Amino acid sequence: MKSRMEVQDTQRDIFEQRFGPHILEVKEQWGELTLVLAREALVSLCETLRDDPAFDYKMLVDICGVDRGVGADPRFEVVYHLYSFTHRHRLRLKVRVSEDEVVPTVTGIWPNANWYEREVYDMFGVRFEGHPELRRLLMPDDWEGHPLRKDYPLQGYRG
Amino acid sequence: MAESEVLLEVERSPLAATMMVNMGPQHPSTHGVLRLVLTLDGERVVEAKPDIGYLHTGMEKLAEHKKYQHVITITDRTDYLNAMGNNLGYVLAVEKMLGVEIPPRAQVIRVLMAELQRIASHLVWIGTHGLDLGAMSLFFYAFAEREKILQLFEAVSGGRLTPSYLRIGGVMADLPDGFTARVLDFCREFPRALDEFDKLLTNNPIFRMRTEGVGRLSAEDAIRWGVTGPSLRASGVPYDLRRVHPYSGYETYDFEVATRTEGDVYARYLVRVQEMRESLKIIRQAVEKLPPGPVKCDDPRVSLPPREKMLTQMDALIYHFLLTAEGIKVPPGEVYVAVESPRGELGYYIVSDGGPRPYRVHIRAPSFANVQALPLMVRGQLIADVVAVIASIDIVLGEIDR
Repeated sequence: MKSRMEVQDTQRDIFEQRFGPHILEVKEQWGELTLVLAREALVSLCETLRDDPAFDYKMLVDICGVDRGVGADPRFEVVYHLYSFTHRHRLRLKVRVSEDEVVPTVTGIWPNANWYEREVYDMFGVRFEGHPELRRLLMPDDWEGHPLRKDYPLQGYRG
Repeated sequence: MAESEVLLEVERSPLAATMMVNMGPQHPSTHGVLRLVLTLDGERVVEAKPDIGYLHTGMEKLAEHKKYQHVITITDRTDYLNAMGNNLGYVLAVEKMLGVEIPPRAQVIRVLMAELQRIASHLVWIGTHGLDLGAMSLFFYAFAEREKILQLFEAVSGGRLTPSYLRIGGVMADLPDGFTARVLDFCREFPRALDEFDKLLTNNPIFRMRTEGVGRLSAEDAIRWGVTGPSLRASGVPYDLRRVHPYSGYETYDFEVATRTEGDVYARYLVRVQEMRESLKIIRQAVEKLPPGPVKCDDPRVSLPPREKMLTQMDALIYHFLLTAEGIKVPPGEVYVAVESPRGELGYYIVSDGGPRPYRVHIRAPSFANVQALPLMVRGQLIADVVAVIASIDIVLGEIDR
């Protein structure tokens, strides 16, 4: 069994060789590997990551959003956490998106992305293109605003 | 098909073969406030759509407005049956960013608490699972045992359901006198109770008929849907974070990862019952190896100086003031740390901007993923089995809705 860091180094090398142009940024901090991807390449890359035995990220662990601040451009980050059972390795993917752009859905690759993407839409207002049922998940359907945005007040809008 | 479309279709043809039934959110066997929209053909479930959000309290938003050390109390309230485990996941994530070393005694105490909590959580599960299927007496036995664990928690932290016992850099306080003896007493008595549960359920023909072959989930589907914890292990995947990616020194404990291959409600039952026995093993080893020493690290970035020093030394007073008034300064960056909760992979994704408050805290709740796979397990089953399946994936709505 290879050590975790060896796996990480190998994975990192293959990523950079094979997907170089689609990767905007590679970060390694506290032993965790993060790839920032171009939005257009997300779906095809994810498919490869799931099916190619060199990666084998069979499980989508989590998707969440991050609001980088009102003035930031692009404003939002969508963060994907993947896990590979065969390599015992975690990988973090990110795409960046501004308020009026859309992110392609990955529900066709990992079906459990359905609720995660709905949650991100609900909390941040990031829209996912091709999602089968993009509506609010946790908040009521007629709720106004997206609570986890940084400009959304902690106690909500009053009035 | 969207929910409204299903409604329309039924409305259009009054003699349609299918019927829609709302199960919950106020229904005793949904274990909280889960709503299921069931489409039925007679008594068979054609489709089930879970509807969540009734318990959404904005914990992730709240966490952005609290200092790092104050978020611990919020984690208690997400999965309220696993407060110690939630504390652990959160503090491990913050400690990873800070790079602080935890004293060995605190490590062992954390494992001890996490495993006691696992047993307490599984006891709630076994009690309510029995109750849902008509085995009422079990509920009382299980809660009587759980009470003993809650009293242990009360002794160490003052709290039962929400102990907030773990701290960034260690634990709140050392174990009280005579605590390990009480834990060992529990370890001596508890196997007898487990044997009794075994007699009541494991070979009970009614229970087996209600659970065997019901709510099957294949290993492949479980992985596709991100199901973790006992529900995944009951489908034959030996994925337990305590073994695969050990934390807090789990690699030094001797225990088995309970697995079954059937993937039905009964298999999930057997896995959890065995897990309680394995947790007992870990608890015994933890008590045995409990080293002497401090229970909080002395890193001035996270720990208040001892009171004696604070009152006599200028620099200690300054540290005390800064930590209290300004909070812990965490270097900018992001981490994802996952621990094995009684329900599966509990992950904390924390983004720091260098300030005393987390920029973003996202909780990867195992029940959230598990309940999303529920329709898979109940499709084609009888409506009465839905109750058994919900109980078998052991969801806690507090962490699903957050």
